[in-house]
Amino acid sequence: MLTLSERDRAMLAGDRGPAAQLAMSIVVRMAAVYGASELMDVSQAHIDSTIYLGDATLEFAERLTSLGARVAVPTSLNVSGVDECGWQDWAVSPEWAAKAARQMLAYERMGASPTWTCAPYQTKMRPAFGQQVAWGESNAIAFANSVIGARTERYPDLLDVCCAITGRVPAVGLHLTENRAGELLLRLERVPQALQEDDQFFAVLGHLVGKLAADSIPVIDGVSVQPAEDQLKAFAAAAASSGRVALFHMVGVTPEAPTLEAAFQGRTVPAATTIGTADLRAARQELTTADGRDLDMVILGSPHFSVAEFRQLAPLVAGRRAHPRVKFLITSGRLMKELAEAAGVLAPIVEFGAQITLDTCILASPMLPAEIQTLMTNSAKYAYYAPSLLNTRVTFGSLADCVRSAIEGRVVRDESVWQTA
Amino acid sequence: MADRVIAGRPIVEGAAEGEALVTTEALSFWGGYDFHTGEIIDKHHPLAGVRAAGRILVVPFSKGSSTTTAVLLEAVRAGTAPAAILTTGVDSFFALASIVADVMYGKAFPVIALEPGDAAVLRTGMRVSVERSGAVRVLPQRHGDTEQSRPR
Repeated sequence: MLTLSERDRAMLAGDRGPAAQLAMSIVVRMAAVYGASELMDVSQAHIDSTIYLGDATLEFAERLTSLGARVAVPTSLNVSGVDECGWQDWAVSPEWAAKAARQMLAYERMGASPTWTCAPYQTKMRPAFGQQVAWGESNAIAFANSVIGARTERYPDLLDVCCAITGRVPAVGLHLTENRAGELLLRLERVPQALQEDDQFFAVLGHLVGKLAADSIPVIDGVSVQPAEDQLKAFAAAAASSGRVALFHMVGVTPEAPTLEAAFQGRTVPAATTIGTADLRAARQELTTADGRDLDMVILGSPHFSVAEFRQLAPLVAGRRAHPRVKFLITSGRLMKELAEAAGVLAPIVEFGAQITLDTCILASPMLPAEIQTLMTNSAKYAYYAPSLLNTRVTFGSLADCVRSAIEGRVVRDESVWQTA
Repeated sequence: MADRVIAGRPIVEGAAEGEALVTTEALSFWGGYDFHTGEIIDKHHPLAGVRAAGRILVVPFSKGSSTTTAVLLEAVRAGTAPAAILTTGVDSFFALASIVADVMYGKAFPVIALEPGDAAVLRTGMRVSVERSGAVRVLPQRHGDTEQSRPR
C-alpha cells in the first residue's frame, strides 16, 4: 500500500499548481506499478523526454509548460531532435527543425539546464556517489549507477520529467541499497591482456554483457586492466542497448565492487558464466553489418564525444585529410566542444575535414541524406541502432581504424589483436 | 471446448481482443518499432518486419532505450500501437506509456503481467482477449484468422 506524505498529497491536490499536480498523478500511478510503499526525494534529474519524435512528445512537453511546469531540482537535458545551429547543413526538414526546437524550448522553460547531451555525467551536472537522482537515457542511467555509484531507477521518457517537476520518486528498485547487489556473475577467462587493452574491448564486452544479463544486475569479474572513463561509458552504452542493464558491477573497477563479495553484498556468489575470447570475437562481429567495402561516413560520439576523446583523436588526424568521398562526423555537446576548443585540440580535427553536430545525434535527428548508406564507428550504440533506425550498414572498429578508413576512403581495420587472440 | 483462461495481473487495466504476437526476446521500441507503420524494425530481433499494430504483443520485457515509452505514446496517438502488451513480470516502461496515453489521449492500453509458464502457452496467431481483471482468454480459432493464412 502506498502512503503519501502530507506534501505529496498537497501536490496531488494541486497546491503547487496544475503541472505539479499532473506530474504527481503520474508518479503516484507509477508508484503503484512499482509496488512502492512511499515516495522519496531526489536531488537531481536528467530528462530524456527532450528527444522529439513527433506530435505526441511535443504535445506532452507543451501541455506541461502550458500548465506552468517548473523543475523542482537541478535538472540536465538529454539530446534534442535538432542541432539548432547546424541543421541546415543536413537533410533535416524545416518542419522537423521547427517542432524539435519548440520541444527544446518547452523543456528550457521548465528551468532545466540546457546541457543537451546524452553524457550529462561529463558535465557539471555529474552526481556524487550515493546521491539519489532521477535519470532517463539508458546509457546515462547505467553510467550514473555503476561508474559513479549515484542511485537512479531506470526511468523512461515522460516519467523522468514528472520526477524532475515533483522532486519525488517511488522508493523502490535501484534507489535502495538492498536492490543493488549483483545477481549474475560473468567471468572473463583467458582473455589476453592485449585484447583487454584494445580500445574496442569495453564496447564489445558491454554489447555481450547486455545480451547475457537479461533483466538481472551483472557482475563482471576478471578484468585485468583499469579502464578509462570513456571506456566505461562505451561499455555502459553498449550494455544498455543490446540489453536493459541499468546497473553493473565490475570487480576492482566500479565503486560498489571493490571485491567480488562486495559486488554481491555478501550474499551467496552464484556460479560464473564464463566469457572467453571466442565469445568476444563473435560479439564484435555482430556489431558489423556492412560488407566491408564502401564507406560513406565515419561517425563518432554515441554517447556524446568527450573532451578526453577529442584529445585522443587530435594527434591521430593532425596534418592529415579525410578522403573527399567520406564524411567524418562527430556528435557531441556544447560544453565538450568549448572545452576541446579551449584545449586547442579542435582545430586539427576540423582541418582534417571533420564536421561536428551538437545537441543531438544521427539517431535522434533525421539528418543523414539518403545517399549515406554505409557507416563506420567505434560506438557499439551507434552500431546497434543505426541499421534499424537509419537503414544503414555499419562497420565497427577502433578509433584508429575509423581515422585510417576515413583517410583511405574505404574500410580498413587492424584485425591483428582480434585474430591472434 | 472451453476457452483457456490465464490469470494475469493487470498492471494497467483495460480490455482488448486481437491476434497474439509472441516473442521470447526483449524489445526496445526506440530503434525497434516504427510508430508510423506499427512495424517492428529492430534488425537484431526475430520479429523484425512484423506488424504489431492492433495485436496482443507478448514480450518478456522492454530493453534498451528510455525512449521506448515515447515511441509507444506516439504509436497510441497514431493508432499504430499494439492492442495490449503482456509481459513476464512487471514492466514499468510499458505501464508508463499506457498511463501517459491515458492522461494525454484517454487511450490506455492494457498492460498485463503473466507468469513465465503462462506466457509460454501463448502462440503467435492465437486469438486472445484481455479482460480488465487481467484474465487472458484464448479464444476458439476462427477460420482464416491467422496472419499466415491471410493473403499478403
